[in-house]
Amino acid sequence: MTSETIAVAMSGGVDSSTVAAMLRAEGHNVIGLTMQLWNQRRLAGREGMPESVQGRCCSLDDVYDARRVAQQIGIPYYVVNHEERFERDVVRPFVEEYLSGRTPIPCSLCNNHLKFDQLLIVARQIGADRIATGHYARVGYDKARGRWLLKRPADLSKDQTYFLFGLTQDQLSRTLFPLGDMTKPEVRELARKHGLALAEKPDSQEICFVPGGDYKRFIDAYLAEQGESLPDTAGELVTTGGEVLGEHAGIHSFTVGQRKGLGVATGSPLYVIQISGANKQVVVGGEEHLYSRTLRARRVNMISVANLGEPMRVAVKIRHRHEPAPATIEKMKIEKTNVESAKIEGTKIEGSGNDEILVTFDQPQRAITPGQAAVFYDGDIVVGGGWIA
Amino acid sequence: MRRVYLDNNATTPLLPEVFEAMRPYFGERFGNASSIHHHGQETRAAVESARESVAVLLGCRAAEIVFTSGGTEADNLAISGLAKGGDHVITSSVEHHAVLHACKHLEEIGCEVTYVPVDGRGLVDPGDVRRALRPNTKLISIMMANNETGVLQPVEEIGKIAAEAGALFHTDAVQAASKVPTDVGRIGCHALSISGHKMHAPQGVGALYVRKGTRIQPLFYGGRHERSRRAGTENVPGIVALGKAAQLAKEALDRGDDKKMAALRDRLEQGILAQVDEAGVNGEGAPRVPNTTNVHFDHIEGEAIVIALDLKGLAVSTGAACSSGAIEPSHVLVAMGLRADQARASIRFSLGRQTVAEDIDFALALVPETVARLRELSPVYRRAALSS
Repeated sequence: MTSETIAVAMSGGVDSSTVAAMLRAEGHNVIGLTMQLWNQRRLAGREGMPESVQGRCCSLDDVYDARRVAQQIGIPYYVVNHEERFERDVVRPFVEEYLSGRTPIPCSLCNNHLKFDQLLIVARQIGADRIATGHYARVGYDKARGRWLLKRPADLSKDQTYFLFGLTQDQLSRTLFPLGDMTKPEVRELARKHGLALAEKPDSQEICFVPGGDYKRFIDAYLAEQGESLPDTAGELVTTGGEVLGEHAGIHSFTVGQRKGLGVATGSPLYVIQISGANKQVVVGGEEHLYSRTLRARRVNMISVANLGEPMRVAVKIRHRHEPAPATIEKMKIEKTNVESAKIEGTKIEGSGNDEILVTFDQPQRAITPGQAAVFYDGDIVVGGGWIA
Repeated sequence: MRRVYLDNNATTPLLPEVFEAMRPYFGERFGNASSIHHHGQETRAAVESARESVAVLLGCRAAEIVFTSGGTEADNLAISGLAKGGDHVITSSVEHHAVLHACKHLEEIGCEVTYVPVDGRGLVDPGDVRRALRPNTKLISIMMANNETGVLQPVEEIGKIAAEAGALFHTDAVQAASKVPTDVGRIGCHALSISGHKMHAPQGVGALYVRKGTRIQPLFYGGRHERSRRAGTENVPGIVALGKAAQLAKEALDRGDDKKMAALRDRLEQGILAQVDEAGVNGEGAPRVPNTTNVHFDHIEGEAIVIALDLKGLAVSTGAACSSGAIEPSHVLVAMGLRADQARASIRFSLGRQTVAEDIDFALALVPETVARLRELSPVYRRAALSS
């Protein structure tokens, strides 16, 4: 293997630390980079947020861990500050999506706008040819197709391709996922072999900037800090038949498929079927109403093909913990005046932009949730993906 | 890899003579300078002769020097020790955080603090200081040289204003002493801070000049060290080193070494500006210490420049080392009227006594090509190029 200069995105966790150690052991010229994305102390103690936060992404502890690994394996290491971009491209949209009645995925936005955009730019500016991360995914060039392909990893239980569907061909061509062929236990074993003290460090699960996972409290605290009042998103709780059951305190407290905390007592269990941002209605109904055969995916990014010409048979994953379900995808004709996509375009569009794709499942799927991603698979290959409208 | 260090405003390497001077005090001369016996007498003598050397550098009496743990402690001692709740204090918007945050503390304990602005060159207008005076103005604290830009403030004029108003005057001379002649009599200050590691002594030692007869409240409770102005057993090796560094600095200034350093700095600065467009010197047109230049390279992030240069062997910084990793652009550059993006695109080069002509050549060979590469890969630069 020839040696090249590779920047490793180091979070201070086991996966990216092991990547750095592996590449270093292979003789590459490795540079460790940690993105400082969010000041965890910023909202501490505000609106009931925890006073102290520990061991989360961007905490001083994680930077400390990443730096110690870099020192141990003998690579230069730097922290780069992207807090401003993170707030603009990830935190703000996260808050706005909830307030519009959708359920966002900040990790995908962070991958598209920060890790594989800003950090890749810095990496190239400082002389690295490629960037490596600790994601569980595989990437490679397919000569026959003339495309860079994103593929599911060997360890499907750790598959992170769902969060990576927005990567462009240019980004994929400059990315390495060295853990793609390994299982998590193998990664920990390798970390131990390299003598990394954090080999047993627990995985992070929650959204990095929402300590404790209470996103409602986070939204309250963030808006209070910004001097903005929480918009009034209270409205009616109605049944699928249109019957008004009562009032709810705000659409951002709900997510499609939710059963608990609806504040109404009826004979049969009720679920959130739909959240309407326009008229602030939360529609509830029986479980049978949760199932739907179609969805529209917006702001689509195609990976294995440049464009979707003919309808295509794929498997579609509609949330992180969802088994991809057989479906047909086809391009939709859309009006150019789509306000939503125009607004997002102002920042940066992932992929080809205004395309919309209609997904028709063979079997109805439970709780298709606007704001989440629909990612299309052909076996292990990620065909593309978009955001559920 | 060849490494060139141009970040001497962050810290300086020990001069070999300084290291030799302090070495015995880690070994055979270990006594506590307050002890009665031989060992104590030996170190007491060393501490007092260091005090004399520092006094010579600053043009004061030895008894007016209080040794501290560094510049930050000296600044804190001056500010917390000279003002109390109810007083009015005047400082500037471009002070080091050691002064600014000490002033914030004063506000918490009931002082009112006026932060006078600077102009585009980074200079305080002494007229602003005069206009800020109030009947209860107790203390004026304006730095002698700025750590980020090297800009020298008109401290002698401010000293006169303080004297006329009957206010105390403290100046943070951490980045000035040893680089330019520093005479407390000419400045007319009541207190002046210096730091060892900015003048080729080690980290962890500094001093505060306190004019005779000026009552100062100590920061620490403890023994009666340093004439009851700073409790705690003296850091003898550090103090000896500071004394030696002060002596060497004074000799160098007397020889005119500062002019040689200014010539090297000017060659670096002009060489960069000749090869890089859309760049400029922050603080241009103001008097500056001879070792510092702060340049904005528009359309790129200073952070990336620092990393790229470090990987090629050149050590520089985006500004104060204490602010590394901060999101806010430099408060100094913003106060001078730079746009936030320009402030973030700024790099400080600071020379030391060890800097030689070849180091400047090395930097001049590296900086323009690095900036060009960064700009080529900067989306902001490409947009700016397209729209012009």
